[in-house]
Parts: sequence; structure tokens; C-alpha cells
Amino acid sequence: MNSKTLFYILKRIGLALLTIWVVITVTFFVMHAVPGGPFMSEKAISETAQKALEEKYGLDKPLLEQYGTYLKDIVTRFDFGPSLKQRGRNVIDIIADGMKTSVKLGVIAAGIAGIVGIVLGAWAALRRNKLIDKIIMVLTTAFVSMPSFIMGSLLLVLFAITWMILPANGAASGGLVLPIITLSLYPMAYITRLTRSSMLDVLGQDYIRTAKAKGVSGGKIIFGHALKNSLIPVITYFGPMLAYIVTGSLVVEKIFAVPGIGRAFVKSITDRDYPMVMGTTIVLAVLIVVMNLVSDILYKVVDPRINFD
Amino acid sequence: MDKKFTMHIDVDSFLPATDEEKAYMVQMRPSSTFFRDGMKRLLKNKVATVSMIIILIITLSSLIIPAFWPYSYDNMLGVKPGVPVDASYSNLAPFEYGETEQAMIHDGVKVFPHIFGTDASGRDYFIRVVYGTRISLAVGFFASIIVLIIGMTVGSIAGYCGGKVDLFIMRIVDLIYSLPDMLMVILLATVLKQTLGPALEHTSLAKIGSNIISLFIVFGVLYWVSMSRLIRGQILSLREQEYVLASRAAGAKGGWIIRKHLLPNCISVVIISTALQIPSAIFTESYLSFLGLGVNAPMPSLGSLASDALNGLSSYPYRLVIPAVVISLIVLSLNLFGDGLRDAFDPKLRT
Repeated sequence: MNSKTLFYILKRIGLALLTIWVVITVTFFVMHAVPGGPFMSEKAISETAQKALEEKYGLDKPLLEQYGTYLKDIVTRFDFGPSLKQRGRNVIDIIADGMKTSVKLGVIAAGIAGIVGIVLGAWAALRRNKLIDKIIMVLTTAFVSMPSFIMGSLLLVLFAITWMILPANGAASGGLVLPIITLSLYPMAYITRLTRSSMLDVLGQDYIRTAKAKGVSGGKIIFGHALKNSLIPVITYFGPMLAYIVTGSLVVEKIFAVPGIGRAFVKSITDRDYPMVMGTTIVLAVLIVVMNLVSDILYKVVDPRINFD
Repeated sequence: MDKKFTMHIDVDSFLPATDEEKAYMVQMRPSSTFFRDGMKRLLKNKVATVSMIIILIITLSSLIIPAFWPYSYDNMLGVKPGVPVDASYSNLAPFEYGETEQAMIHDGVKVFPHIFGTDASGRDYFIRVVYGTRISLAVGFFASIIVLIIGMTVGSIAGYCGGKVDLFIMRIVDLIYSLPDMLMVILLATVLKQTLGPALEHTSLAKIGSNIISLFIVFGVLYWVSMSRLIRGQILSLREQEYVLASRAAGAKGGWIIRKHLLPNCISVVIISTALQIPSAIFTESYLSFLGLGVNAPMPSLGSLASDALNGLSSYPYRLVIPAVVISLIVLSLNLFGDGLRDAFDPKLRT
């Protein structure tokens, strides 16, 4: 790693930290634009909770001071304050609870999307313009054009209601199968298309022809030379894929009633549980920003030729 | 005599052209413009043409059908003033009729059928789908226009001014670009829904609904960045061209150069990315509607129709399938049409 790469990484980390700070700040001030502020509930909450809130956030203090406290609590203790609607629980506990299910859901969906997408993409590229390539391309185009909530609802109608093969409720045993399929279809289709086009690009390179000319076997060319190099652009997609899975999980968890962070977030929006909305937004945003950072740095390390400026 | 220094002039070259030679110079066919060329390529692309026709049909029918349809999107058929609610109108299956309508048919009066039945509140579902399509298309279109205007202004200023202005603007763009957009959209939509509603009451904007306006604000704040990046890149390469230098030498001011030389030359890129922006805006709107942050009830959008259909899913799955098919069809054909536009009008991207 040379100094230029190091400089790039440092710069990138700086931007990520700045982004996280902006997210927290925007979230705080935007939420305080709500009439009455985020910690005022229109329905009376228990006196102790109200008092605890006022004490905790010093609601009588000036806005900037409240902001300072909020920021400090997040940075030092990951503390987002108590929830307004779920009495006696802290936002961070609810988030941690939901994360258990959501992380499982997201990681499996991402894994399936990655593996199936790369295999299908490479297959389509190697059989270019053959029937299988065309079938794969038509299907992936359809998947890319379908919003996740529609995909999820259709799968729900087909598998859980019409055919009754799989449970509709995400909390039931085997209930995560449909949500995982729903979440993985879009990134899978995207990775397939990405792998296909970059594989086609690599297969046209001189070094592939050289390898062929010196008699390297077909399998070795594909796995040793072509596939490895064509996966570089796929790495950049990991950040956006996570962002997609996070936002997709909001609707997917709503459709299948999965007890995860996404459903808790959507519920907090309809319930106007503002501390919960703030906390979840910040946690998910940090997750996305960090993943984007990792995938950018990985990309740079894997292929030092790439210049970002 | 040294041949090098003589000028051999062929006098015959200066004779007037004969008719035969003139006929040789006649234009075989009229010269083609850039636009006509592109249109020809676009129409040759079957996928893009079919997509264009589908979009036109959907758009026109969503505009025309509500004008003559006997039912309206917010008319609850079972509810009449002074009479108890007639529950027989709720949740009608396709081509079924309510009790009073059946009595009318019995008397020989023709009643317009409910093609897709009615929803839980007894509203004709077909017209709600049509109206929802109109709303979704309008939101997508206007959101893209907003993105276009802001992105074009900022991008061309950054690209043309260069230097510190460019650096400053691009840092802001970088920052907004790295924000997780969907989360910010949800956050802003949540808050604007609360704050805009009371503020807009009794103004002419109240009719559109606070949620749609907040959607536009969200787009105006967050989604212009990729457009401005694109235009800045175009302008950066264009402003080094000789004709810009010539124009500046002739005394042209910055605004003139941007308007007359730089923007017209990146117009095809702009149109293409605007066309591709529309489906993504429709996507976002339906997503927000699905989360309950979209258009205000009773106004329907395709997303909110799908979201409402989730409640009665096991009994009335078609209520979900219909808006789902329409939205996928719109997004798919807009995407394919946009790709076709790019292939036809952007010579640099053509492979």
C-alpha cells in the first residue's frame, strides 16, 4: 500500500465521519421542527416517563445545549433515550432486539444474492446470446423493475395464500424464507447483470487471448483469470446492496410481520415515537455509511489502478 | 527550365460545370439533423418503441378516463346523505352490484359495471387504480423536473466557474451523496407530514396535499446531486472547446456561454437522465405510500392502493395484484424507454 492509497483511505474515513455527524445533526434538528418537539407526546405518557425525558434532555434548556447532550450520549454511551410508546424501554434496547432478526435476514439475503448473482452472471456471459443468457437477462430485468413491496406481496399471495407452501408470518418457523427470497431477488438480479457485463469485458482482454494461445485450459482461464478480475466491480456494489437491504427490510418486515428493526421503525413512524425514529435512523445510517466505506476501501485495495479523483 | 518553379495551372478546372457534373453534386437525400437521426434509431429499437407506446397508453388513459367515468375516486357508493350506510356496496367482487343497483337493473335501468369491484369503503376500484396511476405518474414527472432544474443550475455553475466554487459545491454534493437517501427521505417525510399540514391549510396548495409537497421538497433537497455531478462533468469537458474560447473572445458573458453553448451541448445527456429519473421517483413515491408517508387519503396512489390491499389480502388478492402490475409495467417500460433513448441519442455511450 503506497502513501497515496493511505491518503485516500484517510480522506474516505474523514468523509464517513462527517456524514455520520451530519446525519445525527440533521435528524436532531429536523425532528425538533415537529410542533412540540420530538419528546412531547400528544397523548399523556406516564408522569415518571415525562419527567425522566425532561430531566434527561433538559427540555427547558436551549436547543443547542440539548443537541450537545444528545450527541454526547450517542458518542459515549450509544444512548438514544427512552422510547415514548414502549414504556420503560430504551430505544437502543429495542433496536438491539430487532437487530438480531434483521441481521440474520439481511446477511442471508446478501449471501444468497452474491453467490447466485455471480454464478448466474458468469454463466450468462459464457453463454452469450444463447437461450440461457436471454432467459437470465429477461428475468433479471423484470426483477430490477419490481419494487420490493410488490415482489414481497406477490410472493406472499402465491406461496402463503394460494399454494400455502410457506408461512406468511415471519415469526413462525420457516417464516424467514419468503422475506429472505424477497430481499435477495433485487440485489441478485443486479449482481447478475453487473457480473455478466464485467465478465464480457474481461473475456475480451488481451491477457485472456494470450492465456488461450499458450494452451491454458478453459476452466483455468475462467476461474483463474476471468472470474477473479470481473468480480472487482461487484465489490463496489456491496455498499449500495446493504443500503438496499436495509431500506427493503422496512417494507419486507412490514409485509411478513417479521419482528425485526424494520418493522419497529415503520411502527415508530406511524406511532410518532420520535426518539425511536431518530435512534433507528441514526443506527441504520451509520450501518450504511460504514458499509459504503468498507466497500470503497476494499475496491481501492483490490485494484490500485482505480483513481477516484 | 526547372520544372519546380513553374505553376502548372489546368485551365480546364476553371470552366463552368457541365450539367452532367452538376447532376453529380445534387444531394441524394435531405441532410439529417441530430434529432431526426436519433429518432430514427429510437424507432428502429423495437423494445423502446413498444415501451413508449405502453407509456403513452397508460398516461393518456389515466388522463382521459376519469373525465367520463360515472364513478369518482372518493365517492363511497353506499353512503348517501340522510340514509344509513348501505354495506352491500363494500368489498364488491368484480362485476358485482350493490343492492340498490340490483334493484335498478331489475327495473331495466342500465348500471355501469364495477370492473374491479369496490374497496372496503365502497369506492369503485377501477377508477381508484386509474386515478392512482395519474397521481404516481404526475409525482414522478414533477419530481424529475425539480431534480432537473436544481441539478442543472448547480451543476452548470460548478462546472463553469471551476476553482474554489467548484470545490465547495462538489464537497456539499459528495456529502449529500453519501447520506443514506431513503432513510433521510423517510425522516423528512415523517416530519414534513406533521409540520406542513397545518401550515398549508386554507391555501391553494392544500388541495395537492401536504404529503405530495413534502415529497417534492425531499426530492429537491436530496436527489439533485447525481444530476448536478453529471452536468458538471459534461460542462468541464465542454468548456475547454474552441468555440467557447471564441465566444469568450468575442465578449460573451458567463451566463450567455452556459445558456447558449454549454447546456445545449449536454442536452441529450440531461434528457436521458431525466427520463431515467422518472421511474425512480415513482419507485420512491410508491415506497413512501406503502409506509404510510405518501399521498393524503382519500387520494389514491399506486403505492397506497397496494398498501391498503395488504389488509384484505387473503380475500381480495386481486386488489394488490392490479396496482402491482400497473406500477411494474410503468417502471419497466420507462426504464427500457430510457435505455433506448440513451442508445439512440448519446453517441458517446453507444457500444
